[in-house]
Amino acid sequence: MAVPLDYFVILSAFLFAVGTVGVLVSRNLIVMFMSIEIMLNAANLALVAFSRRQMLMDGHVFVFLVMTVAAAEAAVGLAIIISLFRNRESINADQLDLMKW
Amino acid sequence: MSDYLFIVPLLPFLGFLINGLLKDRLSKNTVIGLAVGSVGLSFVVSLFLFFRLIGLDAEQRTIQQVLFSWIPVGGLQLDFAYLLDPLSAVMILVVSGVGFLIHVYSIGYMAHDPGIKRFFIYLNLFMFSMLTLVLANNLILLFIGWEGVGLCSYLLIGFWFDKKSAADAGKKAFIVNRVGDFGFLIGSFILFWSAGSLQFTDLMHKAPEVFAVGGGLVTAATMCLFFGATGKSAQIPLYIWLPDAMEGPTPVSALIHAATMVTAGVYMLVRLNFLFVLAPTTMLVVAIVGCATAFFAATIGLAQNDIKRVLAYSTVSQLGYMMMACGVAAFSAGIFHLMTHAFFKALLFLGSGSVIHAMSGEQDMRKMGGLRSHLPVTYKTFLMGTLAIAGIPLFSGFFSKDEILWQAFSSGYGHPIFWLMGLITAAMTAFYMFRLLYLTFYGGERYDQHVASHLHESPKVMTMPLVILAVLSVIGGWIGIPHALGGGAWFEKFLEPVMVHAPKMEAAEAGAGVEYGLMALTIALVLFAIYMAYVLYNKNIAKAGSLRESLAGVHKTLINKYWVDEFYGAVIVRPVVNGSIFLWKIFDVLIIDGIANGLAIITQDMSLTIRRMQTGQLRSYLAIFLLGVIAIIAFLVVR
Amino acid sequence: MLVFSVAAIIALASAVMVITVKNPIGSILFLIMSIMAQSVLYIMLSGLFLAAFLILVYAGAILVLFLFVVMLLNIRYADLGADKLGKLKPLAWVFGAALLGELVWVTMGATSTLGEVDPLFGSVPAVSRLLYGKFVYPFELTSILLLVAVVGAVIMAKREW
Repeated sequence: MAVPLDYFVILSAFLFAVGTVGVLVSRNLIVMFMSIEIMLNAANLALVAFSRRQMLMDGHVFVFLVMTVAAAEAAVGLAIIISLFRNRESINADQLDLMKW
Repeated sequence: MSDYLFIVPLLPFLGFLINGLLKDRLSKNTVIGLAVGSVGLSFVVSLFLFFRLIGLDAEQRTIQQVLFSWIPVGGLQLDFAYLLDPLSAVMILVVSGVGFLIHVYSIGYMAHDPGIKRFFIYLNLFMFSMLTLVLANNLILLFIGWEGVGLCSYLLIGFWFDKKSAADAGKKAFIVNRVGDFGFLIGSFILFWSAGSLQFTDLMHKAPEVFAVGGGLVTAATMCLFFGATGKSAQIPLYIWLPDAMEGPTPVSALIHAATMVTAGVYMLVRLNFLFVLAPTTMLVVAIVGCATAFFAATIGLAQNDIKRVLAYSTVSQLGYMMMACGVAAFSAGIFHLMTHAFFKALLFLGSGSVIHAMSGEQDMRKMGGLRSHLPVTYKTFLMGTLAIAGIPLFSGFFSKDEILWQAFSSGYGHPIFWLMGLITAAMTAFYMFRLLYLTFYGGERYDQHVASHLHESPKVMTMPLVILAVLSVIGGWIGIPHALGGGAWFEKFLEPVMVHAPKMEAAEAGAGVEYGLMALTIALVLFAIYMAYVLYNKNIAKAGSLRESLAGVHKTLINKYWVDEFYGAVIVRPVVNGSIFLWKIFDVLIIDGIANGLAIITQDMSLTIRRMQTGQLRSYLAIFLLGVIAIIAFLVVR
Repeated sequence: MLVFSVAAIIALASAVMVITVKNPIGSILFLIMSIMAQSVLYIMLSGLFLAAFLILVYAGAILVLFLFVVMLLNIRYADLGADKLGKLKPLAWVFGAALLGELVWVTMGATSTLGEVDPLFGSVPAVSRLLYGKFVYPFELTSILLLVAVVGAVIMAKREW
């Protein structure tokens, strides 16, 4: 490939930044959660790129495990969102402020 | 024999413990039986030990019993140990013997008092402390006893604590004593620092090597110790608590403030005689203070109207004699007078208690009179005591007081001025004691009908101790008849191993002729004083009134005790109280509370500010989280 | 290069669209598109197994789960209330930019062309050889984790005990 490695890494950085901004900016929980998934993906991309450079397969296994964990996390997180929605009829993250002083 | 020493103080202590813990579960008679019985047994054991002691050779009459090692810290080795030698043997006999008689007397005197159980508990504690004091083999254990008797004095003076004057008197006694104790402690510190030990036998051996004669250290230590003695033995300047202490029940006055506790100071001085003889300056101070106190207190006693007050000032005066004796290195004479004084002063106090008991609580002599016929036993024993204290020949007081006067005149540390002051004081003593006798027992009856109807002689349990003490007041002096009068001076010889030969004692050896002459002069003056008292208070009582008016100024000063209490109040007490009020209002409330409260307020304000971070909002937490991540990455990048 | 550029632009653009669309279904669909583009990038990096895995698990399972939840609960973005943390928006852009800047700076100047690899790099046998060999412990632990997650999700979402 004639594509240099850092292009992939820079792309991963961009994706990560987008995910971060998404988490902070949006008010509703669904988009927040999806932004987290974007961030996870960006990390995966970087991992694969570096694994390609090192010629080691460890990065791929790492990505495998990360995705598994992401799946588990998504399942539990959605369950939480469901019970929250049941109680409050809203997915506005700003309304979850019972832990304030 | 050394194994039995600890029984003597232990018995009253057990009495105190059992009675104290089981007070409400024991009947009144059980408490009394335990209390009086323990002291009686203690006396028996003391007798037994005394006779065993006599059986030993003179040089070996020192027995110590170490109970346990109490404070082994660094260079300080203090044991809880008792020491039996001639001096402490005399003391335990006097303390437990007179104490026992007073316990018996109290059974009758306090019979109707609701707090009688508490009384005997305190009395037992006192006996334990006093016996520990005189049996201690080191200065700090002595101090424990010292403090213990001070505590019991407080408890017993303020026995009727719901009476404000009694409670105040108790406090005054304790506080004034504490002032003296400060001196005692400083003195002991100096001693330990320079000699490395506080045990009496150790100190006795080490003293000549460690201290130079008249040196600064030993003078400082002995002065401080003497200051402590002025507190306990009611000398100038710390005598002020003793007259007030008459608020307590009369047996208390007899036991504590006549026979035992107040003599603790004298005992301490005699016990440490080997130190005092190394400090001639202190000896001079002791003699001056003792002499002045004797004179001063006697003048006050001349004008008092309360029967117990007269006796209280008389006690202060006689203690002055004892101190003066120590000051002129006549230590055994001091102890001799201590013993005879215990006999006749206890007798006088108990007798006055009998009078007060018969008079339904009246203590003012101006309201008494003619009690001779109504209270025959009390009168007769009281007369014996009065003759003894006045120093009439053949009575015990004569021998001891005369010995002191003679030593004051002739000793290497003495001076004719001491003798002269002592002589005038003896005359005054005779005068005011006979004044008391005449006003109380002779003449017309100045009391009202109510009192007259209750007038009765005291019960046997009260009069028996009086009789015994009267006998002792007569014969008690016969063990110390000096050589000049043909006696064997056994008392002095008995105490000799405890005393150190004072450096200056060999110097004066005035002849026997001078001694006879002085003795005769004393007797003459005393008889004259008695005659004066007879004229003024028996033959024609109106004369006393006119004398009082013509010397009105003097009388006012005397009856107000030279306003010493008021002086102390203004000069010492008031500034201290004001100082503490200042410290309280300004320092404690403003500054310290301010700091404490200020810290709390600061914390509160800080937390009010910080808690705003807890918004509960997910997104703000994430933002801060992210900020941290950026910072870390930046840090890593820069590095 | 062309392939890379196209795939990259699609991935990035879709990610941005995820955040900005008004419709929850739209967000999820854009995310799926981004995943697809990233899968292409994986293939470019010889991560053949992972590319397939990404589509199967991520796009096919996780995001479909999202879709189910959104549809089941009938979530609409328009029902949201006012923005309590309005001040956060510009701050978020700043943070994002800062993060981006940092990450880019780190990788700057580290150019490297990718070398040749043997054809079996990134294939299933290679992955499995590592997974069951060197990384068998994490593998087993992850399975337990999945079990826990499943149980947890079921408990949390039950309507009543």
